[in-house]
Amino acid sequence: MRYAMAIDTKKCVGCSDCVVACQTENNVPEGFCRDWVTESVSGTYPQVEIELRSERCNHCEDAPCVRCCPTGASQIVDGGIVIVEHDECIGCGACIESCPYDARYVHPEGYVDKCTFCLHRVTEGLQPACVSVCPTKCMYFGDIDDPNSEISNMLKTRKQKTLAPEAGTNPHIFYLI
Amino acid sequence: MVKNEHITDEQFNQKVEKDLLSHLVSQKRKGNIFVIILVVILLIGVFAYYRQIRYGLIVTSMRDYTSWGVYISNFVFFVAISLVGSLISSMLKLSKATWSIPLTRISEIIAIAAIFCASIIIIVDMGRPDRFLNVLIHGRIQSPILWDVMIISTYLVISMLLLYISLIPDLALCRDKLTHVSGFRKWFYRVFSVNWKGSPEQYKILHSIITILSIVVLPIAFSIHTVTSWLFSTTWRPGWDSTNLGPYFVSGALMAGAAVIVVAMYFIRNAYNLKEYLTDKIFDKMGKLLVLLSLVYLYFNINEYLGPAFKMVGVEGEHIIELFVGKYAGMYWAVQILGLIMPIIVLSFAWGRKPFIMLIISMLALLGAWVKRFLIVIPSLQHPYLPIQNVDESYRHYVPSWEEWAITFASFAGCLLIITFLLRILPVIPIWEMKKGVEPKPQEV
Repeated sequence: MRYAMAIDTKKCVGCSDCVVACQTENNVPEGFCRDWVTESVSGTYPQVEIELRSERCNHCEDAPCVRCCPTGASQIVDGGIVIVEHDECIGCGACIESCPYDARYVHPEGYVDKCTFCLHRVTEGLQPACVSVCPTKCMYFGDIDDPNSEISNMLKTRKQKTLAPEAGTNPHIFYLI
Repeated sequence: MVKNEHITDEQFNQKVEKDLLSHLVSQKRKGNIFVIILVVILLIGVFAYYRQIRYGLIVTSMRDYTSWGVYISNFVFFVAISLVGSLISSMLKLSKATWSIPLTRISEIIAIAAIFCASIIIIVDMGRPDRFLNVLIHGRIQSPILWDVMIISTYLVISMLLLYISLIPDLALCRDKLTHVSGFRKWFYRVFSVNWKGSPEQYKILHSIITILSIVVLPIAFSIHTVTSWLFSTTWRPGWDSTNLGPYFVSGALMAGAAVIVVAMYFIRNAYNLKEYLTDKIFDKMGKLLVLLSLVYLYFNINEYLGPAFKMVGVEGEHIIELFVGKYAGMYWAVQILGLIMPIIVLSFAWGRKPFIMLIISMLALLGAWVKRFLIVIPSLQHPYLPIQNVDESYRHYVPSWEEWAITFASFAGCLLIITFLLRILPVIPIWEMKKGVEPKPQEV
């Protein structure tokens, strides 16, 4: 089993509902975020293109944050989800600096926090909060090891990209373009 | 001190003993005021840390982007300063430079104080200091943080040994000569001089231990700075993603170490009246050494910035622009010119290697070294590899809060307090190494 997320940049309207849902669901402290929306503009007028991306932790296969964690608080659990075990984290910040996606932050309680793909919801068979609220249904979450899952079908039929593939971390958030 | 022709070894040694023990006998009032000021600064820092523990790291200005702030740059500075111990008492000693003998103990004391403060600062920076033991319980050897913990503790132990072993003959001297001191110090000298009698065998063992330690400390001293640089260079951040970072840190540390010993030497010589021992000639030699180390540092500086500045690729380019002409330009050029170019120019001339001028130059070099580490840590953090857009303005700017400043100043005060405390109970200049002919020569093989 390998969880991944595919986000359709053509369908995304940049409403930031995913961000709000995440903040509420996971009680993210004010001034921090586990996910965010990026508006990337390319070209010059009149040939301008805007790509909207809802970004978060990429749950990398070869995660630098897990590699550099001194205590093993950062770990990859079943399904390839990268999590921080809050009780083991000493808050040194090494993972924050090593993440190419800037997906982590120090929680005011002292430990490091990040997107968990809403592990607590996923284990109950629910979708992550961001996916479940998306008004345009542009996000797909599921098991890419299962060839019949919705996300597998999307990745088979659509052109896609990942962010910063040059970092060599094998990220698992796919952007459909 | 140069031995005069018409006094005997015995008279000379008596004078050396009297001069070098005098600061242990009488404590000056000025010194006490200095200590009180330091204690007050330390207490303010402790209060600030109490607030940080009570309310969390939120009292600092460290946020999402800048999550390693002034604490880590201060940590890197202290690590750099601590190289002074091995510079003087290992590198110069092994190269058989005799002029630096009076500096060995001061440098070892500074090294211990600095490395001790560095380890405290790391704990202050941790989000959950209460879980520090997790590093030992759940330690993962793959993590650069763990390398740093190991190497810092090793260096602290080796530095303490290096200081202590070379102290034994002097502690024995204090035990025999200082009869009017407090009970604690009498006890201290008696216990820690471990039955030193000054026999040839003891001197032989002492010398071999010191030689072994001063060789062993070298790779560890180099590692401590290199490992600290690896904390940064193993990440994907612009400005840190460099293979040059290790030697760059080591060379910067050597320069800062040489500067700190000049500053310490100046104040100690004035406070304790040691002009005959910490002579102008030593300042002159240290000045030359500082020029050499600054040139090496300059070389690595050029290496560090030329490549990225020539290519100007992506975020690396943005980072260079911010340093060279952007919001950090003032700091950057001030550091490079006042803290690096100026010492090279001024100290290249004989008039520049006079004690007072050297004090000013070394202070500037030290201040530059601190700000330089700020410039290494903070601007990089403000350029994440893939930045989040439309972030809060507070992400892009980092102005340390008063708690951070208070703790930073407290770390300096703490470092100075440790140095002052050690200087009050230990002879500041290795007496047994200054004396002539007391040491029974082991038979040449």
